[in-house]
Amino acid sequence: MQKNKDLRKIAFLSGNEAFALGASESAVRVASAYPGTPSTEILETLSTYKDIYTEWAPNEKVALEVALGASIAGVRAMASMKHVGLNVAADPLFTASYTGVRGGLVVIVADDPQMHSSQNEQDSRNYAMASKIPMLEPSEPEECRAFIREAFRISEEFDTPVLVRTTTRVSHVKGIVYPERKKKRSVDAGLVKMPEKFVMLPAHARKRRIFIEERLRKLKEFAETFSSNRIEWGDNETGFITSGVSYLYVKEAFPGASVLKLALVYPLPERMIKEFARKVKRLYIVEELDPFIELHVKAMGVKCIGKEIIPSYYELNTAQLKEAVIGEKKEIFPSVNIPLRPPVMCPGCPHRGIFYNLSRLKVFVTGDIGCYTLGALKPLSAMDTCICMGAGIGNALGIEKALGEDALGKVVAVIGDSTFVHSGITPLIDIVYNRGFTTVIILDNRTTAMTGHQPNPATGRTAMGTETVELDIAALCRAIGVKNVVTINPHDIDNTYRVIREEIKRPEPSVIISRAPCALLPEVRKAKRPGYTVIEETCTGCRICLKLGCPAIDWVKIDRDEAKRRGREKQKGYARISAVLCNGCGECEMVCKFDAIVEEGQDGRD
Amino acid sequence: MAETKNILFCGVGGQGILLASEVTSEALIRAGFDVKKSEVHGMAQRGGAVEAHLRYGDRVYSPLIEPGSVDVEVAFELLESLRYLPYLNTSSRVIVNTQRILPPAVATGLESYPDNIVDELKKRGIEVLPVNAFDMAKRLGEVRAVNMILVGVLSGYLPVEEDVFIEVIKERVKKAFVDINIKAFREGRNLKF
Repeated sequence: MQKNKDLRKIAFLSGNEAFALGASESAVRVASAYPGTPSTEILETLSTYKDIYTEWAPNEKVALEVALGASIAGVRAMASMKHVGLNVAADPLFTASYTGVRGGLVVIVADDPQMHSSQNEQDSRNYAMASKIPMLEPSEPEECRAFIREAFRISEEFDTPVLVRTTTRVSHVKGIVYPERKKKRSVDAGLVKMPEKFVMLPAHARKRRIFIEERLRKLKEFAETFSSNRIEWGDNETGFITSGVSYLYVKEAFPGASVLKLALVYPLPERMIKEFARKVKRLYIVEELDPFIELHVKAMGVKCIGKEIIPSYYELNTAQLKEAVIGEKKEIFPSVNIPLRPPVMCPGCPHRGIFYNLSRLKVFVTGDIGCYTLGALKPLSAMDTCICMGAGIGNALGIEKALGEDALGKVVAVIGDSTFVHSGITPLIDIVYNRGFTTVIILDNRTTAMTGHQPNPATGRTAMGTETVELDIAALCRAIGVKNVVTINPHDIDNTYRVIREEIKRPEPSVIISRAPCALLPEVRKAKRPGYTVIEETCTGCRICLKLGCPAIDWVKIDRDEAKRRGREKQKGYARISAVLCNGCGECEMVCKFDAIVEEGQDGRD
Repeated sequence: MAETKNILFCGVGGQGILLASEVTSEALIRAGFDVKKSEVHGMAQRGGAVEAHLRYGDRVYSPLIEPGSVDVEVAFELLESLRYLPYLNTSSRVIVNTQRILPPAVATGLESYPDNIVDELKKRGIEVLPVNAFDMAKRLGEVRAVNMILVGVLSGYLPVEEDVFIEVIKERVKKAFVDINIKAFREGRNLKF
């Protein structure tokens, strides 16, 4: 236990922080990203380093295009995103494989097995094969740092973008990291015209297509000797081929077994795999999600066991591996049935006023990705679709086109400010262009809230903290051709109801911008408004305020005697507001029909 | 070789669980251990259940604690101590803040808050250390110090000197809150059960 002695030489970092450190050590000059769990902290951390230009792009496609541009200009560049973001960035990715790079280009993609914070599960390793781009996969924070250095080296040596794949349990795990000195890199920055390399006309692309084959052949050779692809010999009874976080589960479950740990998951070191397979009696492939390595190994004619016993969905864990491989099952306490504690919209959340009213209007709500997706949960229950960034607007138009006039007044699309900029503008153009009558509500809470408050083009601030031009969403919608654009304060419950009801009946496109800052923004927290309180004797127990789903309001049961004493025999209880949690938005006061909710200090008591 | 030990932190978003697990991790690193800590971001501030897995030893591989193998569970809220029961075993120790934070279904009267939680744990042979950390923190004049009180209790069961924790708190906590956090830590550490 000597290794931690010199505390100055180690750091305790998350995988994402270690990626940023590795990028800094590699002398990255330009980094672009769009926030998305579990990838967000990579750029967030990077923006705290000096000498690196960092930015939040409007979406992942733009982020990758910016990074590629920087590479074309000769500097090292990086783009980072979550798995679904790579779908958005897939277009430039596939052609960047053809152009290759000038400055090193690394794309970090964060998969989310188990869908902790995602709408689907994707295995991004498939993108490496599909785009013919090499992919590295670290297992823990120290490798996150070291592999970024390797990735840039490979990128420049082989003239290729390099994908680095992480998962939630790599990105959000903290471990000990050993920082190294920053690489000195002679920057070859400048404009060099290389049309045969960077102008992908068919004639040029056909030549580059051959280059890619040659590159892959060289990368396969490299994979055989790449020191991070390594065999850890143990007994020769069982051998495991594994990578990423799965390697850690294998080591924990079977400390004595032989392990082939793959750092480069594409292309694979075939000779190394064959040699390893020859020396072990039983070969297992352990990988989360798709049988990516397994299919390759089986295609090589090597006998192995993989998805026959190991699930191809959700995260893996040590206990599951022990059970699958050696049938060892630990007796554990069964879980007990207790009330769930799901995430909820915060007290004072500006989304609440919108979803409360959408719930009252009983409309079909095509939703989107953000905190407001929580509007689908009880008691608001006011979201009917959630597919991907921007999908809500296109979905609404499709529903209208399918149902015609019958859909008028019955469908509303909701989308956040950051999400609108990401992917909502083009479908809004579709609505205007193709004469739809959709009502789109843009939930402008002045930040990208779900991922932890990143600025976006509509906030007037950059990732590096500087002030910038603020995108005028209302003017943008008008420029697209939406004639009816109205901005409301969602905390004003009655006005919000009235405006939504009017706009959905309109037989032409309309946009409602619901504008109020996220309740968790520091400036909102500081400017704490006076809270509200319930006048217990006035409360009739009608429960209407509970329909807001505000965590600050709870329900106190009363018995029959108590109800009698209050003169309302049928009353079952009354509402109560927590002074600690109440943020003073006042929505409950507006929905109370009995004036039982008042600003604190106005209840006639001291 | 020191066996890998497992600490499970759990509670409700906003209770300072991440800082508590951070301070504990740093202290263990300074005591010479390899440490891994796993947490899930994204929903932490939205009132949902939050958990952090902390593992320490000579060489820690998996970032996740296996079911049935928690050595110490630090529950920041009473009900949450029961949620992770499958992770515990008969020799687990549970440090639990007896404060109740009502989950939405309970707050709105649809479900009720179980009332025999500590007994539920005890009757399975689990050692329970109940701490009224919320009231203790209130007396200290800083309700946000709940987390350091619990870290203080936890520290008594870890192979780390008290001074190491104090040093870490000084470095990790905002200057204005250092004194109150050290006070809270010591109160927790000196609690007798």
